[in-house]
Amino acid sequence: MIPELGHFALILALCLSVLLCTVPLWGSWRRNVTAMALAPNLAIGVLVFTSLSFACLTWAFLQDDFSVEVVANNSNSLLPWYYKFSAVWGNHEGSLLLWVWILALWTFAVAVFSPQLPLVMLSRVLAVMGFVGVGFLAFSLLTSNPFARLLPGTPADGQDLNPLLQDFGLIIHPPLLYMGYVGFSVAFAFAIAALLGGRLDAAWARWSRPWTNVAWAFLTLGIMLGSWWAYYELGWGGWWFWDPVENASFMPWLAGTALVHSLAATEKRGLFKSWTVLLAIFAFSLSLLGTFLVRSGVLTSVHAFATDPARGMFILVFLGIVTGGSLVLYALRAPAVASRVSFAWISRESLLLVNNVVFLVATLTVLFGTLFPLLMDALGQGKYSVGPPYFNAVFIPLMALLVPFMTVGPLSRWKRDSTSRWKAELLVPALVTLGCALTLPLLHAGDYNVWVALAVLFAGWLVVGLLRDISNRVRNSASVAAGLARLAPSYWGMVVAHVGFAATIIGVVLTSQYNIEHDLKMSPGDSDTLAGYEFRFIDVRTVQGPNFVADEARFVVYRDGREVVRLAPQKRRYLASGSVMTEASIDAGIFRDLFVAMGEPVGTAGAWAIRLHYKPFVRWMWAGALLMAVGGFITVADKRYRRQRSAARDSLRQGGVRGAQA
Amino acid sequence: MAPRLKLFLPLLIFVVLAGFLYRGLSLDPMALPSALIDKPLPAFTLTALADGRELSREDVIGEPALFNVWATWCISCRAEHPYLQQLADRGVPIYGINYKDEDEAARRWLRELGDPYRVNIVDREGTLGVDLGVYGAPETYLVDAAGVIRYRHVGVVDDRVWRDTLEPIWHEVLAMGQQP
Repeated sequence: MIPELGHFALILALCLSVLLCTVPLWGSWRRNVTAMALAPNLAIGVLVFTSLSFACLTWAFLQDDFSVEVVANNSNSLLPWYYKFSAVWGNHEGSLLLWVWILALWTFAVAVFSPQLPLVMLSRVLAVMGFVGVGFLAFSLLTSNPFARLLPGTPADGQDLNPLLQDFGLIIHPPLLYMGYVGFSVAFAFAIAALLGGRLDAAWARWSRPWTNVAWAFLTLGIMLGSWWAYYELGWGGWWFWDPVENASFMPWLAGTALVHSLAATEKRGLFKSWTVLLAIFAFSLSLLGTFLVRSGVLTSVHAFATDPARGMFILVFLGIVTGGSLVLYALRAPAVASRVSFAWISRESLLLVNNVVFLVATLTVLFGTLFPLLMDALGQGKYSVGPPYFNAVFIPLMALLVPFMTVGPLSRWKRDSTSRWKAELLVPALVTLGCALTLPLLHAGDYNVWVALAVLFAGWLVVGLLRDISNRVRNSASVAAGLARLAPSYWGMVVAHVGFAATIIGVVLTSQYNIEHDLKMSPGDSDTLAGYEFRFIDVRTVQGPNFVADEARFVVYRDGREVVRLAPQKRRYLASGSVMTEASIDAGIFRDLFVAMGEPVGTAGAWAIRLHYKPFVRWMWAGALLMAVGGFITVADKRYRRQRSAARDSLRQGGVRGAQA
Repeated sequence: MAPRLKLFLPLLIFVVLAGFLYRGLSLDPMALPSALIDKPLPAFTLTALADGRELSREDVIGEPALFNVWATWCISCRAEHPYLQQLADRGVPIYGINYKDEDEAARRWLRELGDPYRVNIVDREGTLGVDLGVYGAPETYLVDAAGVIRYRHVGVVDDRVWRDTLEPIWHEVLAMGQQP
C-alpha cells in the first residue's frame, strides 16, 4: 500500500508541476496577479508530494519490502539500516527520485527566500523550474518508476546493494552532487526569466548570484567527495580518472566557475550580459548532458547506471527542448548590440574575461574528449577511447595559464588600471613567491623537483597576492582587526575559495610527484620501508561484518623505531552477491597519508600481495576543494544581497503590481 | 555577420551536437564488428612478459584459447581480473596480450593480483593490437585450435558474458576440435 501511495504522490507532484509551469507563466503574460501569486503555493505543493513520495520509497527500503523491484535489486535484509537508507539513491530509479526531490527543494527555496523579487520575475523563475520538474517527473514515472512491484514472485531476500556503494562517502556524495547539478537550474531559470522579460540588468545578476554560488559550492563538495571516495574505496589510491561520469560532473563545474565570475562583472559593471546568460544556459545544459551520458549508455564508463536507450531518448528529447528552446529564446531576445559600458584592456574586466575564456576552453576540451569516442563512432571513423593523457595534456597547461592572472584579479581596479600600479603592488609578492618556489622543494629529500617548484610558485603567487590585497584594504583602518572586520563576506568568500584553489594545486602536484608506491608479496612477519616508514605485517585473521566476511591483515607502522599507527586493511566477501571488495586502511595526515591495501593471496603459505602507498599532501587537494566550497557559501552571507533586495522590495513589488494593473 | 544572426550560433552548435547524441543512442559502444572474425590470428614476433623470450603465433596456437588484451592503466581490466582467474582455474587456457603497457608495472600487477595467463605477449607498441583491430582494453578474442578467431568481445568478461555469449561458442569450438 505504501509504495502505491508514493507512486500516487509522484503523479500528483507531476500534475502540480504542470500547473506550475503554465498558470504563472500565463499570469505573467496577461499580468494576472492571482495566477502569478499561485506560483509559490504550487512550488510548496510540489515539494510536499515529492517529499511524500521519497519518504514512501525510503520506507520500502527500511522495511525490506522486496515486493518493490528496486528494493529487491538493490537492498538486502542483512544490510545495516544506514546503507538501506542510502540504497534509496544507489540505483537509477531512486537516484532520479532524489533528483526530483532536490529540484522541488530548490524550487521551494526560491519561492520562500525571495519575497523581494518582483512578482512577475518570481512567477517566471518558478515556472521555468516547474517545467524542468515536469520533465524529470515524467521521466521518472514513464521510464523509471521507482515503485514498480514484483507481484507475484516477490523474492525472499534482496540482491544487495553494490558493495562499492556500501560506504559513508556514497551516502552523502550523490545528494551533494545533485544539489549542485540541480542548483544550476536556478541560475538557468533566472536567465530564462530575464530573457522572457527582456530585462537583463544588474538587478537580475544580483538576484541570481547567491543561488549560483551556493549551487557551485555544493557541486564542488560533491565532486570532492567523489574523488575522496574513489581514493579510499577503490583500493588503488587513485583520485581522478577522467572517466566519462566524472567528466559529466566536472563540466558543469567548469562552466559554473566561469558563470560565477562572469556574474560578478554583470552585477558590478553591467557587462557581459548576453555572455552570462549563455553561460547559465550552458552550465545547466551540461548538467542535463551529464544525466544523459550517465543514464543512456552512449559511452562506456566504470560507474554508469544500468542503461537503457529508451531512457536516453527521453533525456535527449528533454535536453533538446530545454537547451534548444532556451537557445532559440536567447537568439531572439538577447541584446545584440554591444553594451555601452566600456573598459580598458588593463582592468579587472579584462582579467575576468581571461578567467571566462580559460574556463570555457577547459569545459570545451573536456566535453570534446568525453564525446570524441561517440563522435568518431557516429561518423563511422571507428572506435576510440580517450584517456587521461589527453586530458592531462590539455587541462594542466590551461590551469597554469590561469593562475598568473588569478592573483592580479582581486588587486586590480574596475574600468581602468595601469601595469605600473600592478608592478608596484606585486613586485614584492613576486620575489617572495619566487624565493619560496626555489627553496621549498629542497626540504624534500631526493632530487630537486621542477614540477613541485612550479606548483609552489603558482600557489604561493595566489596566496601572497591575496595577502597583499588584504593588507591594502585594511591599511586605512584604525586597527588591523577593525579593517578585517569591515571586509565584506563576499570578499572573504573569494579569498577563501582562491586559497582553496592554491591548496588544491599543491595537493595535486605534490601527491603526483612525491607519491611512493610499493606492490609486493608479503608474509606475516615481513616488513618493508618506504619514505622512512617501516610497515610490519603482523598477521591475517578472519573478521565477520554485518553482511560480509573478511580477511583482515594487521600492520604496525614504525618510524625511527617508534610506533606510528596500526593499520588493518580488509579483503571482504559480501554474502548476498558474492562479490569481493578491497577495503584499504589509511592513516591520514596533513602532510602525508599512509595507505595499505590487500591484493590476492599468493601461494599457500599465507603470503599476500600487498600494496603500500606513501602519499604526501594528498589531503590538501580535498581540503582545498572544501575551502572553495566554504568560500562559495560565505559569499551568500553578504549583506549586499539582502540590503539591496529589501530596498528593492517595495519599489519593484509595487512596480510589478502596477504593471499588472496596467 | 549581422549581430542578431551571431546569436544563433550557440543554437546551431547545439543542434549539431544533439544530432550526434541522437546517433549515439543507436550505436552500442560495446558492440564491435571485427574484420577478423573467422580469419586466422595475425602473425607476430614479440617477447614474453615473464622472461623476455621471443614468441610468435605458432607458440600460442594449437588448442582453443582466449586471448585477453589488458593493461595496468585500464581500470576495467582490474575489475575483470578475478573472473579471468576463475576461468583459468576451471582450465580455460588464457593468453594475455599486455597492450601498450610498462613491463615492470605489468609484472607487479600479476604478482599482486595473481596470474591467470599461460603466457603474456608484450605488445608495447601496440602492433599486434593494430593487426587485431584493438581499440581499447579489455578485449577478449576466442581462438580455436586452428588459430582462427571465432569471436571478439569488447569490454569486461564476467560471469554473465561468459555464460551468455562466450561459453556456447567455447563448447562449439571444443567439440569441433575433438572431431577428426
